[in-house]
Amino acid sequence: MTNIPETGRTPRVQTRLVVIQILVFSLLLTLGGRLWYLQIRNGKEYADEAKSNNIQQVVTPAVRGSILDARGVPLADNETRLVVSASRTELMKMKDDGEAVLTRLAGVLGMKPEDVVNKIRLCDSKTPKPCWNGSPYQPIPVTDEATVQQALTIRESTEDFPGITAELTAVRRYPAPGKARTAQVLGYLSPVTDEEITKAKDTDSPFLRSDQVGRSGIERTYDKELRGKAGVTRYEVDNLGRVMGQTKSDPGVAGSTLVTSIDARVQGVAEYELAQAMKAVRNETDKITGRKYEADSGAVVVMETKTGRVVAMASQPDYDPNVWIGGISAKDYASLTSKNSNYPLLNRGIQGQAPAGSIFKVISASAAVRAGYDFNDKYNCSASYSLGSRSFANFESQGHGPITLGDALKYSCNTVFYALGHKEWQKDGGITANKDSKDWFYVTARDFGLGSETGIDLPNEVKGRIPDRQWKQAFWEANKDAWCKQGKKGGSYVEQIAYENCLEGNQLKAYDSINFAIGQGDVLVTPIQMATIYAAISNGGTLYDPSVGKAVISPDGKQVHEIAPKAHGKLPVGARTIRDLDKGLRSVVEPGGTAAWRFGGWPQDKIPMRAKTGTAQVYGKQTTSWLATYTDDFTIVMTISQGGTGSGASGPAVRNIYDALYGLDDAGNQNLKRALLPKPQTTLPKVNADGTIDSPAIKAYDPKSQLVDPTEQNGAAPPPLAGTPANRRD
Amino acid sequence: MTTRTNFSVSRYAPERGAVARLTARDSVLRRLDWPILLSALALSLIGSLLVWSATRGRTELNNGDPYYFLFRHLLNTGIGVALMIGTVWLGHRTLRGAVPVLYGLSIVLILAVLTPLGATINGAHAWIVVGGGFSLQPSEFVKITIILVMAMLLASKVDAGDQLHPDHGTVAKCLVLAALPMGIIMLMPDLGSVMVMIVIVLGVLLASGASNRWVLGLIFSGIAGAVLVTALGMLDEYQINRFAAFANPDLDPSGVGYNTNQARIAIGSGGLYGAGLFNGHQTSGQFVPEQQTDFVFTVAGEELGFVGSGFILLLLGVVLWRACRIARETTELYGTIVAAGIVAWFAFQAFENIGMNLGIMPVAGLPLPFVSYGGSSMFAVWVAVGLLQSIRVQRPMTA
Repeated sequence: MTNIPETGRTPRVQTRLVVIQILVFSLLLTLGGRLWYLQIRNGKEYADEAKSNNIQQVVTPAVRGSILDARGVPLADNETRLVVSASRTELMKMKDDGEAVLTRLAGVLGMKPEDVVNKIRLCDSKTPKPCWNGSPYQPIPVTDEATVQQALTIRESTEDFPGITAELTAVRRYPAPGKARTAQVLGYLSPVTDEEITKAKDTDSPFLRSDQVGRSGIERTYDKELRGKAGVTRYEVDNLGRVMGQTKSDPGVAGSTLVTSIDARVQGVAEYELAQAMKAVRNETDKITGRKYEADSGAVVVMETKTGRVVAMASQPDYDPNVWIGGISAKDYASLTSKNSNYPLLNRGIQGQAPAGSIFKVISASAAVRAGYDFNDKYNCSASYSLGSRSFANFESQGHGPITLGDALKYSCNTVFYALGHKEWQKDGGITANKDSKDWFYVTARDFGLGSETGIDLPNEVKGRIPDRQWKQAFWEANKDAWCKQGKKGGSYVEQIAYENCLEGNQLKAYDSINFAIGQGDVLVTPIQMATIYAAISNGGTLYDPSVGKAVISPDGKQVHEIAPKAHGKLPVGARTIRDLDKGLRSVVEPGGTAAWRFGGWPQDKIPMRAKTGTAQVYGKQTTSWLATYTDDFTIVMTISQGGTGSGASGPAVRNIYDALYGLDDAGNQNLKRALLPKPQTTLPKVNADGTIDSPAIKAYDPKSQLVDPTEQNGAAPPPLAGTPANRRD
Repeated sequence: MTTRTNFSVSRYAPERGAVARLTARDSVLRRLDWPILLSALALSLIGSLLVWSATRGRTELNNGDPYYFLFRHLLNTGIGVALMIGTVWLGHRTLRGAVPVLYGLSIVLILAVLTPLGATINGAHAWIVVGGGFSLQPSEFVKITIILVMAMLLASKVDAGDQLHPDHGTVAKCLVLAALPMGIIMLMPDLGSVMVMIVIVLGVLLASGASNRWVLGLIFSGIAGAVLVTALGMLDEYQINRFAAFANPDLDPSGVGYNTNQARIAIGSGGLYGAGLFNGHQTSGQFVPEQQTDFVFTVAGEELGFVGSGFILLLLGVVLWRACRIARETTELYGTIVAAGIVAWFAFQAFENIGMNLGIMPVAGLPLPFVSYGGSSMFAVWVAVGLLQSIRVQRPMTA
């Protein structure tokens, strides 16, 4: 008792009180530190998180811009459909989660109530389709095929249908004006993927979940311009998603209009004539295989020679692009992509490749000139060319004696080019290249733009192939293992080839260079590459990037951004050689030329026509037909896989397209009133003050229009054809 | 013993007028600890604003009256202040005599909770519905009772001068008396309150000067008990979930994890100055559940920012610092123990509450003293303030 100090506490208690105090204040300090960490150090991060917590966006999709042809005819536009949508946020506020409203709605729309409920339920891993995988704050479409009567019923009794809207909404449509589907050139749309949304999140054109994205063709190339910008209204919401207010909103911008250089009328003719030519040739028997021609695929390109603008581009087989609208069905998708479909989604104009055959000879002739040969010297067009024990023959082993390179083009003489190709190969050192080997034939092919893209404004263009020494080496390295495994000395033809390839497939052999000189062997080209080359010969040597897009016009019509023609190079030969080539190609349609029989009655003095035929051999298949032609303004290149000869299969179709362009009948009489496009379309369609563009009327192509009209004839009509040749090959 | 314990306020001013008595140098008003009083008052008033902000949009709670919780909180504060005055007027020494009665009453009340009179709120069967919208949470008052009953027993022999430190027998008796209501509350189960009570018992034992062995033993058995309880699966799943989710909100993102995550977002988004009262999106959007009670600190974090919520910490610091001073300066062990018990209570409860708001402590249903909405808690903490004031007022003047 006496030990108790004045304060009433022992030192033990005193110390412990200090300990308590220290403990208490370290707890408070801990809290203060953590508070600083959350609010000051990481405050920004949490503020962002709070924002995404509280803000919900409602998106009004932008109307996608139209795609017009050169005169303003819509190739792709939008149609308005009556879309009935339900707002989940409104429905969920109701006591029965909107069940009564949805049941009433199902009654009006003639649907089953559970179908309506299923359409607006949110997708998650357990929910089977149909379900809504967009934002729950977005009005969810129940049907896009409502009738006006249904829409009126809903609109007139809003009190019975709270949260339900019936509105006109724009839906993509491909109207195929004048039956011109333009399917592969236009491409198609499909819904944006999660991956794309994430990828484009921080760019200046982010995707919205409801967006449709161009997947192919110009829909893809010009996707950004066509898509516009969706309007976004931002709502502040509480934890239950109830809207508390509206914050900053972005008004939408409609997509721009794309004017293309396609002329729907010419496109219609091209599509019809291509399909027709393929149909016709399927009735003919191939002399070599003894079967009817397969004509499995084909393409035709109509291009302006002085700009590279594509006037028409048709590819067979084709399809109706409207199958993509509203989501493609599994059945339709299979019919477009399965093995049996023969891939109608491919645009063979830019994605189909084959050996060029004789239309390659303009390149060989140019290569010879570059190698120092005179274009107008005489070269022996013998019946066949011998290489050791092998003999390379002319067509039907016909010789023409000593002729110029121009005549070699006219008669499509192989042996002249065999000899030139072989000589150059020997000069370069043969199998083992000299240090200073020129490889003129291969270099010239590359300089003409082969082996690389033309740069057309369509996606996924293929490059073709120039089988030069480097390619041979690389190809052999990639394949030698397989060849060596498969090869067998003295085995079947394929085994023997594989055996030889295994041993020396990396070598550029004499017969390789001989084949290459006439566009055979491993060389591959695309129709658009050949169109670019023939257009360049026509225009004096400029290799234009082919283009489909011509101008982008803002939705109000005030800004017109014209897409100027772009060139990617010049032909590697002088003006004189180009004139010589031109003359030679001109003689091809004149008497004696390989295409003459297809151009009987053509007004050669008024509209000079140049052409080169080609028949390319493909191992195991029937020959590929090529026909490359041009006038001063247009070049047309057509090819049919397994279609026979160039002039035979493609001749009439190409001529018919020219007839339609220039308003000619079969006899060569011109009627400009009937001419679709006697001169390239230089002006853009007129834009009205309100930003709309009038679409001129368009009629489907009538193939009979080119028959000779007796009322227009004064004298006796010349025969439509200059006489049927006996099985011409070229 | 009797000479020391029978002080009364009036004894200090026997012959003066009322005003003079209140203003005299040795008057009650002069001797009150004003920093504690003003801080507690400030916390309660700030609390009323935060509770108001959190509830004005919650029509399902306030039945369409946005001021309902504001008025109720102010009313609770008023009643709390009145209880404080009453406590000071009675004096903690007078109350010492009533401790056995209070203890008995407490036991009866918490037992009543387990009868059909009790109600379950948020998984804890810890409430007695009184009627008229009022309900009582007896465990709040049990905290005071435990402090008082332990202080009475532990201090009696020491204050009488019979011994320096409480003997083992007394300590053991104390622990049994404290364990009885804690055991009952554990059955509710109101784990949060039991945790606070364990800390109170620790604080009381420390301040009483009881042997180190008791203190360490208690800490050890606390840990062992926690392990045992978990191992034997005595905890409900919601309690385990709550515990786990504070460490990893992703564990239960739509349940407890959602709570802690939303709380953290609310506080973090406040930044330095906050969004301003009523301007917090997380608060007005009602993203944080239980925001007027357990998570009231998130309103301060979001709307008042680091400055405002730091000020709340500062006010709590003032209360605790002054309470520690009272514990150290009073001459009798009884007052020291009561004050230290209250310090342990306030400090731990505030730390646990704010800590769970900040995501560094597991979620347990504990209100923030003075600030959170809730009558029982408000009354209890103000009675505690009354006890602190009484200890200070009745401490002999050091001349």
